[in-house]
Amino acid sequence: MELIRPGLNIDFIGKRKAAFMVSALLILLSLGSLAFKGLNFGIDFTGGTLVEVKFDVAPKIADVRAAISPGGYGNAIIQEFGAPEEILIRVQNDDAEKSSNISTAILDALSETFTADAVEMRRVEFVGPQVGEELTEAGIMAVLIAMLAILVYVTFRFQFRFALGADAALLHDITIVLGLFALTGKEFTLPVIAALLTVIGYSLNDTIVVFDRIRENFEANRKRKTPEDETSVVNSSLNQTLARTLMTSITTLLVVLALFFLGGEVIHDFAFALIAGILIGTYSSIYVASPVMMSLAGHFKTDEDEMKELEARP
Amino acid sequence: MHSFPRWKIWLILTVLVVSMMASLPNVSTVPSWWPSSLSNPMSLGLDLKGGIHLVLDVDVDKAVEHSVEEDIDTARQSLRKEKIRYRKLAAEAQTLSITIKNDTDIAAAETLLAEIFPSYNMAPAAANIIALTLKEDVAKETREFAVDQAIEVIRGRIDALGTTEPVIVKQGKRRILVQIPGYEDTAHAKDLIGRTAQLEFKLVDEKGDLEKALNGRIPAGDIIMYGPEQSRGTQKSYRQPYLLKKRTELSGNEIADARVSIDSRFNEYAVTLKFNSKGSRRFDKLTEAHVGERFAIVLEGVVNSAPVIRERISGGTAQITGSFSPAEARDLAIVLRAGALPAPVKVVEERSIGPSLGQDSIDQGMNSIIIGMILVLIFMAVYYRLFGLVANIALAFNMLLILAAMSMIGGTLTLPGMAGIVLTIGMAVDANVLIFERIREELHLGKTPLAAIDGGYDKAFSTIVDANITTLIAAIVLFQFGSGPVKGFAVTLSVGILASMFTAITVTRAVVAMSHSKSGRIEKLSI
Repeated sequence: MELIRPGLNIDFIGKRKAAFMVSALLILLSLGSLAFKGLNFGIDFTGGTLVEVKFDVAPKIADVRAAISPGGYGNAIIQEFGAPEEILIRVQNDDAEKSSNISTAILDALSETFTADAVEMRRVEFVGPQVGEELTEAGIMAVLIAMLAILVYVTFRFQFRFALGADAALLHDITIVLGLFALTGKEFTLPVIAALLTVIGYSLNDTIVVFDRIRENFEANRKRKTPEDETSVVNSSLNQTLARTLMTSITTLLVVLALFFLGGEVIHDFAFALIAGILIGTYSSIYVASPVMMSLAGHFKTDEDEMKELEARP
Repeated sequence: MHSFPRWKIWLILTVLVVSMMASLPNVSTVPSWWPSSLSNPMSLGLDLKGGIHLVLDVDVDKAVEHSVEEDIDTARQSLRKEKIRYRKLAAEAQTLSITIKNDTDIAAAETLLAEIFPSYNMAPAAANIIALTLKEDVAKETREFAVDQAIEVIRGRIDALGTTEPVIVKQGKRRILVQIPGYEDTAHAKDLIGRTAQLEFKLVDEKGDLEKALNGRIPAGDIIMYGPEQSRGTQKSYRQPYLLKKRTELSGNEIADARVSIDSRFNEYAVTLKFNSKGSRRFDKLTEAHVGERFAIVLEGVVNSAPVIRERISGGTAQITGSFSPAEARDLAIVLRAGALPAPVKVVEERSIGPSLGQDSIDQGMNSIIIGMILVLIFMAVYYRLFGLVANIALAFNMLLILAAMSMIGGTLTLPGMAGIVLTIGMAVDANVLIFERIREELHLGKTPLAAIDGGYDKAFSTIVDANITTLIAAIVLFQFGSGPVKGFAVTLSVGILASMFTAITVTRAVVAMSHSKSGRIEKLSI
C-alpha cells in the first residue's frame, strides 16, 4: 500500500507565501486569545486545592456547593469530571497558614451532608503558593532550555539557518498549542508542560528528517554538472520525505487518540495537547521549517568551504 | 547483500533472553536461584497504587532560633557562676545580646563568653552590650541537622501507622517528601506528621502574682502560658492562665517511652511517660526540691495540666491526662514516643490518590497501551505487508525491553509513565518507517531488492540517530525540570526511544537478513 505515489512533486516552497499567511493568522489568533482570554492555569501554577470525589449517586452541583458553603468554600469551582458521579472541587489558597487543611474540611463537610459511605475520596491535590511559583519557573525554564539545547544541536549537525528554521517551527507549534488551550479554556497543568516538551521533540524529529534529506540532496546537487536551484532541491526533498512524515504522524496519532479516548480524565488534557501538537508539528515541519530556512539563505556565512566542512561532520 | 554478522545475532538473542528474564518478576514469582539483579519487578507509582504524597517544608530558621534561645540558659548560668552581673539577656534570630551591668566586668565577661561560645562571633562591646552572632557554618549545620532529625522523627511516627514501605526522603535543602502507599486518611496523616510534639515541664511560679503579671508586670525569668480552650458557663471560650518559670526543667527529649493508659482516678484515657535515666534523675531531683509546688506539663505551647507535687517521684514515670478519646491518646503516645520535631513543618504540596482512582488509572492506562498497540500493529502490517510484520516483531521486542529496563533500573511506573509508553509505541515504528520508505525509493530507482535493502538501512541510519537524539534532548530536559509523575513520563519516553533504536535497526535487519538469505535471488520484496 502506498499513500504517496513516487515521483509526486508538490510545490511546497512555491506555496510558502500562502502558508506564511495561514501560520501568521493562526499565531495572531493564538496570541490574541492568550492576551485577552489567557490560560486557565491549574493549581500546579496558581497554588490551591483540588478535591476529586466520587458519589454513589450523581449529586446536584448546587447541593455540593451548599454542603461546603458553611465552611467558607461557597465560591469554589465545582464541576463534573468524566462522569456525573464524579465531582471536581477547586479552591484557591487562602492567606492563612491553614491552606493545607482545606481538603480535609471539604471532605468532612461532604461526608456530613451526604453520609460518609456515599462519598469516596478519589484524589486530593494541594499546591502551596511557594511551590506554585517554583513549578511555574521550572516549567518555563524547561521549555527554554529544551529549545536552546536543540538550537545548539541542530547548529552543530547542520547550519545556523537550519537551526533557526527548526526553532521557528517550534515556536510556531508551541504558540498555537498554547493558543488552543487559551481558546478552549482547557486547564493548563504540569502534564501539559510535559506534553509541550514532547511536542517540541516530535516536531523537531519531523523537521530533522526533512533537513537530513535536504542536506543529502544539496550535496548530491553540487556534484552535478548543471546544479538545480536550492528551491527545487528543497521541494523534492520535502516530497521524498512526505510519505514518511505522514506515516509517522498517523501511527503516533493512532496511539495518542487511544490515550485521549481510553486514558481517563486525568490525562485527557495531556492527550489533547499531544494531538494538537502532532497535527501542527506535521504541518510546520513541511510549511514552516524549510521555507524559513530557505528565506534565510545568504544571510549567514555559507560559502563552499564551510559547507564542505559541515558536511564532513558525522 | 552483505551477510549479517553472526555476533549481532548472538547479541540480539542475549538481549532477548536477559530482558525476558528481567520482565518475569512482573508477571509471576521467580525461583530463588534467579539472578538477583533480574528479580525485581517494576514498582507502581503512588498515582497507580493510591496513597498519600506530601511535601513538607521544615522551618529551619526556627531550629536555629531555638538553639540560640537555649544558649541563653547556658550564658545565664555561666555568668552567675563567675559572679558577673548582667542586666539583660536576649536572643533575636541568630544573635545573642547580653547587657552587662558594670563596665568593669566587661573584659571578664568577654573572655568568659568567648570561651563557652566558640560557635559564635563576638562583636566588640558597645554601651555595655555584648552581641554574639552564631557563625554561618554552624547555623547551616543546625539547619541541615534539623531536616535530618525531622526525617527521623516523622519516620518514627509513620512507622507507627503500620503501613508498608513508606518513603521519607529529603528533597532539596529544607523539604521532605513523604509517601505513604495504600493509606487513605490524609487528614490523620497530616495531623500526625505536622505536630511538633514539643513537650516541656516547667515549674509554676508560686510566689509570683498572676493578676499583676496579666496586667503586664511579669516577674523576671517568668512567662505566662495558657491552658486549653474551655467553655465555662456563659462565656464562649476561656483559657486558664498560668505564671510559669521560663526555664524548661525537663523536655520530651528525655522520654524513653510513651504508652496509652487508663487514668484510674477518673477512668479516662491517659498517656504514661517513662523517662530515660537522665530524665529520671532530673525528675527525681525536681520533685524532691519542690514538694508542695505545682509543675506544669506544656504540650505544644499549651499547658496541659499543672498538678501539685505531693512527694518525691523517683520511678521516672509521669502521666498526661486531659479527657482524651482513645484515638487522641494513641496519637499523642505515638508522637511523644517518636520525639519532638526540631522545627515546625508545614505541608506545601499534597497529591493523594484514593485506591479506586489508582486502579481505574491502571485499567485505563493498560487499555490505551493495548488498543494503541493493536492499531499500530494492524496499520503497519497493512501498509508494509511482510516488512510491516517485521516491524511489528521489533515493536513487541521494544515493549519487552522497556519492561525489562524499567524493572532492572528500579523504575517506578506512573500514569504519565504509561502515557510515555503509549507514545513510544507510535514513535518506535518511526525508525522502521524511515527505513522502509527508503527501501521503496531505492526500488523505484531500479535497484535490485537486496541492494535496496542495504541502501535503505544505510541511508536511513544517520537520519534515525539525528531524529531520536532531538527527542531524547527534550526527554532529558523534562527529567531534569519535571517533578514527580512528570519524571515518570520522561523516564519511559527515554527508555522507549533508546530501546527503539536497537530494535528498529538491529533486530529488524537481522530478521530481514535471515529471511532473505536462504531464498537465493529475490525478485520482489513484500513492502
